[in-house]
Amino acid sequence: MSSNNSVMVFIQQDDAKVADVSIELLSKARDLANQLKTSVSGVLIGSEVKGEAEKLIQYGADEIFIIEDKRLGDYTPMPYTKIMIEIIKKIKPQIVLYGATTTGRDIGPRVASNLKVGLTADCTSLEIGDYSSKGIDYSNILYQIRPAFGGNIVATIVSPEKKPQMATVREGVMKVGTPDSKYKGKITPFEVVLIDSDFPSVVIRKIKEEKLVDLKGSQVIVSGGMGVGSKENFDLVQELAHVLGGEVGASRAAVDAGFITKEHQVGQTGTTVRPKLYIACGISGAIQHRAGMAESARIIAINTDHEAPIFQISNYGIVGDLNDVIPKFIKAFKAKG
Amino acid sequence: MGLNLIVLVKQVPDTQNVGGDAMKEDGTVNRAVLPAIFNPEDLHALEAALVLKDENPGSKVHIITMGPPSAVQVLKDSLYRGADFVALISDRKFAGADTLATSYALKCAIEKVGDYDIVFCGRQAIDGDTAQVGPQTAEKLGINQITNVSKIENIDIKKKEIEARRSIEGGYEIIKAPFPILLTVTDEGYPPRPPSVIRVMTYKNASAEMTEAGYDESYIDSSIDRISETAINLWDINAINADVESCGLAGSPTKVKEIESIILKSEDIKMVENTEDSISGMVHELISDHTLG
Repeated sequence: MSSNNSVMVFIQQDDAKVADVSIELLSKARDLANQLKTSVSGVLIGSEVKGEAEKLIQYGADEIFIIEDKRLGDYTPMPYTKIMIEIIKKIKPQIVLYGATTTGRDIGPRVASNLKVGLTADCTSLEIGDYSSKGIDYSNILYQIRPAFGGNIVATIVSPEKKPQMATVREGVMKVGTPDSKYKGKITPFEVVLIDSDFPSVVIRKIKEEKLVDLKGSQVIVSGGMGVGSKENFDLVQELAHVLGGEVGASRAAVDAGFITKEHQVGQTGTTVRPKLYIACGISGAIQHRAGMAESARIIAINTDHEAPIFQISNYGIVGDLNDVIPKFIKAFKAKG
Repeated sequence: MGLNLIVLVKQVPDTQNVGGDAMKEDGTVNRAVLPAIFNPEDLHALEAALVLKDENPGSKVHIITMGPPSAVQVLKDSLYRGADFVALISDRKFAGADTLATSYALKCAIEKVGDYDIVFCGRQAIDGDTAQVGPQTAEKLGINQITNVSKIENIDIKKKEIEARRSIEGGYEIIKAPFPILLTVTDEGYPPRPPSVIRVMTYKNASAEMTEAGYDESYIDSSIDRISETAINLWDINAINADVESCGLAGSPTKVKEIESIILKSEDIKMVENTEDSISGMVHELISDHTLG
């Protein structure tokens, strides 16, 4: 099957290893392509990345375009943008997806700006549907769904008149499909002429900072919001997290108020998490926060306001002051555990 | 020899302090009740430019914003903090612009300002959280970019080169690149300075003035005692030579199909009494179904 009119995924690699979000997007692209009765393509750019291409096919990719060049080892915007523009112009996909990572959000807007097509940032859901405007009916359009306006609303965005329809998609929201080692796809080298002036940026060094906060890897997250009230009161949230062997999370409001650092932020502009247990302490549950934690297996909400929206998505609700509830929780767990 | 610096700023509704009346019954946003503020990360971008100006005598900081007439407030605030030149691009024909149409208008305004070494933007605006306008503007200008800059490590004016620290997942990278370049700045490295009292006194009555006749370069020789009434340049679509088809709704490929505030449905929430017995019971349930323990 030709990749013309395909659902295309920009495959992000870091140190020649494919990013998790790109696998998530391939899985989603497979779903969308099935609905649209078209194929899935991927674009893998790097220095020596051929070895990674095979495993991409297992997730339902029909064709992976590979562009290898020693100078492409580290992502920089100018050459990567040039390659994406050329490949999109040649292959003409109907949809292009990027992870909403620092890389995807760097390249996606440049490509959109050059091609004068739409780009929706940080989508949390993608669907296919119809759209009508000014007497024109468009069928099989990509619904690009994202929280907007500080997370207070959910907007469905379409760009029906221009192809490709493009979106950056938040990490961790699309489910990874089951790899199928028998899936047949092809790997196609793609030629782009690159000259030295295409590489104005040089990555002098990359520094990994040890992750002090590991929200994604935690099975239990105890988060605090504005209701915690102060930096000092956050100690109690920390203590509960510690006792349960979990990590400490926070709402954007709590981070903005300076109660805790940004690495702890869960939500649309923070980290998306899916732990076995999420305990929301003094968090009202604005959609911007819910977008980052609603998929948790179990949710406990502790809040003084019984009408707080967080209760609507919780499995257990405790109406009360967290300073009063958390010590009881700790005591109960220590007694049982 | 100083640097020519341009900072793109935006006035935004304060979405981070949304009260109960911020949403209307029909689920749309009640903008009228949200205070308008200087987009927080744009203040950091402004500060980064002002720091470079302080370090490199002879530098000029130009501010451009697009918005309704009320957006002059962020320009006045920029003047209070140390900007040399400010311009508001405002026209009904810009209404309904998505990030693509916005970046086109900003590109036209930047070209009107003329030569520049570095264009600064905040990483993203809190009303859209897209982080797209910066890179889209860079692409339209045909220049390089460094996004998510937390710190400018070094500037070499002679070589016209910058070294910047770019925040990425799990750490950061140091990028070296020549001018001209666009940077998007995070809220990590440049806590904004407060407005200067003298500058507030000078500019508090500044108002917007149409400068359709062309770009007034007299500011270059001016100092703080310049005539404040003409401090704010107001540019419409013609003043920046923008093509109407690329502006506003007409130039915006993305359309909002639907906006909704999610209606939450209470599924099977179990309310737990705030007593030791009830909480202990809940903990027991969580341990027995292997959620905890």
